Amino acid sequence: MILSRESRRLRRRKMEERIFRALMAVSILIVIGCLVLIVGTIIWKGLPAMSLSMITQIPKGGYYLGKEGGILNAIIGSLYLASGATVLAILFSLPVVLYINVYTKKRSRLASLTRFSFDVLWGIPSIVYGAFGFIIMVFFGLRASLLAGILAVALLEFPIMSRAADEVIRMVPRELLEASYSLGATRLETALKVVVRQCLPGLLTAVLIAFGRGIGDAASVLFTAGFTDRIPTSLLEPAATLPLAIFFQLGTPFPEVQQRAYASAAILTVLILIISLVARGLGKRYTRHIIK
Amino acid sequence: MLVLTCVPAFLVLLILVGLFVRARPILAEKPFFSLLFSSAWSPLKGDFGLFPFIMGTLWVTFVSLVLAVPVSLLTAVFLSEYAPRSVREFTKPIIDLLAGLPSVIYGVWGVLLVVPLVGRIIAPFFGVTSSGYTVLAGGIVLAIMIFPTIISVSLEVFSSIPYQMREASLSLGATKWETVRHVVLKKGLQGIIAAIVLGLSRAFGETMAVLMVVGNIPRLPRSVFDGGYPLPALLANNYGEMMSVPLYDAALMLAAAVLLLVVLFFNVLARLILVRVERRAA
Repeated sequence: MILSRESRRLRRRKMEERIFRALMAVSILIVIGCLVLIVGTIIWKGLPAMSLSMITQIPKGGYYLGKEGGILNAIIGSLYLASGATVLAILFSLPVVLYINVYTKKRSRLASLTRFSFDVLWGIPSIVYGAFGFIIMVFFGLRASLLAGILAVALLEFPIMSRAADEVIRMVPRELLEASYSLGATRLETALKVVVRQCLPGLLTAVLIAFGRGIGDAASVLFTAGFTDRIPTSLLEPAATLPLAIFFQLGTPFPEVQQRAYASAAILTVLILIISLVARGLGKRYTRHIIK
Repeated sequence: MLVLTCVPAFLVLLILVGLFVRARPILAEKPFFSLLFSSAWSPLKGDFGLFPFIMGTLWVTFVSLVLAVPVSLLTAVFLSEYAPRSVREFTKPIIDLLAGLPSVIYGVWGVLLVVPLVGRIIAPFFGVTSSGYTVLAGGIVLAIMIFPTIISVSLEVFSSIPYQMREASLSLGATKWETVRHVVLKKGLQGIIAAIVLGLSRAFGETMAVLMVVGNIPRLPRSVFDGGYPLPALLANNYGEMMSVPLYDAALMLAAAVLLLVVLFFNVLARLILVRVERRAA
């Protein structure tokens, strides 16, 4: 009697185990399935509408009504914008990350406050960066332009890049720094020649992650970069961006133009896939200078 | 370098102050709370009630959490407790990629797949007619977007739980799932809450993807099959006209400030919890 009750309980416990295992399998399939479904749908819908003129021409008159042209302006605009913003973000992010890792003591208040701030900044939505970029723009009397867009996107990229770089630099063994000091190197020399070199692949990955974010973000450039059919030739001209081009094309009532939105989305997706593949590959290669 | 290092902490404050300064003209005319809880939205008449938009944001965020939390937590448990190394290595880039896809891509996908799914299959199933551009569609798209946040933060939390605790539980005859439930989930509870809160604040501020599928109707949603109009969408949709209508820009900047305040609150909360969890593990 007792034995059978025990065995029934055991069976129930095993049952519970099996049910939850099944639920977990379903969950992970959902997560993987979503990515496959998203990339698959975009490519499948985008490919038929793709043509050479999409990526080699700028919009001709009436492009958004279904006439000829392409979105070269948006592709170039996005590349300009994301590159500018990434360079600007590196200029701010690298010194900060080096400082909190090389110059401060092990349990420094400043370092933890800075890390905390990066975490908080990382959580701020891109639309808020857009609104703040807009305020700066108005404050300095700028118009919607490539420059204003670069500023807003750089703000967005700053915490993303810094957190990724910090994670890499934190892993540098303390002994390596001490070896460098004992050879008479200053902190600056150690930071630039030892730490940066040691972390180069990881740092490049951080830069690429931020670049990918910058190129794909729409909400921050909406207020600041403007939109134009031409390729910008100076920092003070407005610039089109790929995400906004997708958004505007999808918003038209014409099926041909919407088709092009799918094609543009496919272009952006492929771009992002390439960037993340390269970032991943970099993590593994270029390890020549690394001391393990 | 020291000066630059002070930038991040300073920047948070600067953004908040900047937004509130720009929002001052409207705050001078109407008290803050009446703006927050008024439903009248007609910029031309000078009515800027943010309540429908706040509710729109809450609805969409809530739906996305309901959908995302179980899936992400089960995935995180599977990856940290059950999966062999190879599966874990295989899944990590997928989750990173999901986090790296631009929100516009999620939006296009939502328009192509989720909106018709809601409009043609889910809504008729519940006997409702709907265009598909609904809170539910927004919630589904958002749920997928916050998977990576919840999964990776939970994974970090689970990995900070000492292995011996699991072994102790297993050696007492608990099944693997019982160990997960009584040891991993219980020990990691605070961290899990932090992970969910971080996902929540991501969802709160997400703009483009939601904007494209949620319908953008400035009315209080009554069910998940109604259209909604979240705060970020309000900002994104009206940036063009805001300089031509008096007080409009101040109202939008106030909306941005409110958004930022909420997100900051949740973020700081979650990070403080995580710092504590980390310290205890170390």
